[in-house]
Amino acid sequence: MKLMPCPLNGLRNITEFTYGGEVTGMPNPNTATDTEWADYVFNKTNPAGVVREWWLHNASGYWFIAERDTVTDHIRKTFDPGELFTQRVDFSPSAASSASATKENPL
Amino acid sequence: MPFALLRYGLSSDPVKKPDFPPPPSLKPAYDVIIIGGGGHGVAIAYYLAKYHGLTNVAVLEKGYLGGGSTTRNTAVIRSNYMTPESVKFYIASVGLFRNLSNEFDFNIMYSERGQLTLAHSDSTVRAFRQRCEVNRHFGGRTEMLDRQQIKELVPLLNLETGHTPVLAGLWHIDGATARHDAVAWGYARGAIERGVEFHPLTEAQDFVVEKNRVTAIQTNRGTVKCGVVVQAVAGNSSILMNKLNIRAPIHTYPLQAMVTQPVKPFLTPLVSSSALHCYVQQTGRGEVLIGGGSDPYPLYQPRSSLELKEGLLMHAIEMFPFLANTKLMRQWAGITDMTPDYSPIMGLSPIDNYYLDAGWGTYGFKSTPICGKTMAELVASGGKVPALIAPFGLERFSRFKQINEMGATAASH
Ligand SMILES: Cc1cc2nc3c(=O)[nH]c(=O)nc-3n(C[C@H](O)[C@H](O)[C@H](O)COP(=O)(O)OP(=O)(O)OC[C@H]3O[C@@H](n4cnc5c(N)ncnc54)[C@H](O)[C@@H]3O)c2cc1C
Repeated sequence: MKLMPCPLNGLRNITEFTYGGEVTGMPNPNTATDTEWADYVFNKTNPAGVVREWWLHNASGYWFIAERDTVTDHIRKTFDPGELFTQRVDFSPSAASSASATKENPL
Repeated sequence: MPFALLRYGLSSDPVKKPDFPPPPSLKPAYDVIIIGGGGHGVAIAYYLAKYHGLTNVAVLEKGYLGGGSTTRNTAVIRSNYMTPESVKFYIASVGLFRNLSNEFDFNIMYSERGQLTLAHSDSTVRAFRQRCEVNRHFGGRTEMLDRQQIKELVPLLNLETGHTPVLAGLWHIDGATARHDAVAWGYARGAIERGVEFHPLTEAQDFVVEKNRVTAIQTNRGTVKCGVVVQAVAGNSSILMNKLNIRAPIHTYPLQAMVTQPVKPFLTPLVSSSALHCYVQQTGRGEVLIGGGSDPYPLYQPRSSLELKEGLLMHAIEMFPFLANTKLMRQWAGITDMTPDYSPIMGLSPIDNYYLDAGWGTYGFKSTPICGKTMAELVASGGKVPALIAPFGLERFSRFKQINEMGATAASH
């Protein structure tokens, strides 16, 4: 069976993992236009070649990033997302949108 | 006819002339260039020549005719989808399929055996009732079956599958198969007889774009100018679209299938279970054909994998336990261009003269005739999108107007 070098658990069978999509930058949800948001949600680069993607080790619930060639299926390297994402992403809504949300929804 | 055949059989001088000899060289320019010589590409060319008198047309194929997913699919033809948009579209395709052998004067072995989909949960039964009504509303033939009726229809089917027994079935009388290669050959021959050029071993490698129009295509055999371009390259869709910076929600996944050694006829309908992610049918040669869901992660490689085959076989054996004693004979895979809503992308692109026939994922064989016909209309009218395919434009994703067929496609066929 194909093996995945997990940064946390070492070499494991690929069936222990779930693919989680290409690594992309998220636009700011408070300022992005519908088109930008749709592009982020739906569109893929889907290259034939090396791509950075999210993977989950199911048993340990650990998310990491792999660089994999989508033509040869060769996994070049895997690493902890902390290497790429050094800052915390804050998902709390902006003051403006939370104000309008309370207006529409008094509950 | 039998005498001619006998004479041919005894002759020491078999025919030397191939059915469609490839033209020796590319012309410097064509009115229409179709990239991809699968069923879709040649069907568009055929209808352009037949109904619209457009014959200065070239089909560029990097390999050989119909050598992509067209020759790898499991040839399920059906119209029992969920949304009115899809059902209307696929019913039109089934209608065209029924007459193709006559139209081509070439047997595509269209065989209407009915398709039975199994429900193992109450929510699936509800979804089936809806699909049944939608299909009938638009003129398809579909009924709900109870367990007793399923037993009578497919006596060898095991209804007590694991912890989720079969509760009911969606019986689609219009369900059919055809010989997939013959469909591509029939369209190609009809197109070539009318003057279309088919160029095998010709890969579209890059584009020359001027003022938001593709004015020429660079191939491994030189550069050709073009009036209009249609891309119909299925699994390779993103590769061409990336060259033109067309953003699309396409992900390329392998899809695998296999056949067993031939056994006595035991199964007329096509049987499918989305809960088990598996479908089973018996081919005209007696082989049991088994297909299922796509691979778990994207790949541009039609390789097979043991883990997927094992999972698929486990479910096939649950459905038909005697299969445990048969041997596998062949296995293969194709690459499929999946979209998030399991519906295709047809129509205009952000480039003015560049049209898309993509996103066919695991379900594009059955649409070959109607997609060819409507895409030809689009090309011939200079970009007026026919009503039947208007809902399937690329722009539906930025308008949040997806056409959700995930449930109706869950056992991918
Ligand atoms: C295992 C499997 C089972 C399936 N089962 C079913 C089913 O039961 N029912 C159903 O309806 N559908 C099914 N499908 C899906 C169906 O096969 C495809 O959606 C359909 O065949 C797509 O047809 P096409 O002509 O667009 O693509 P293809 O037949 O793949 O043709 C595209 C062609 O484009 C060529 N090409 C690619 N890039 C270039 C380039 N740059 N330049 C020139 N040529 C290029 C390729 O060589 C190829 O020949 C299945 C697919 C697979 C893999």
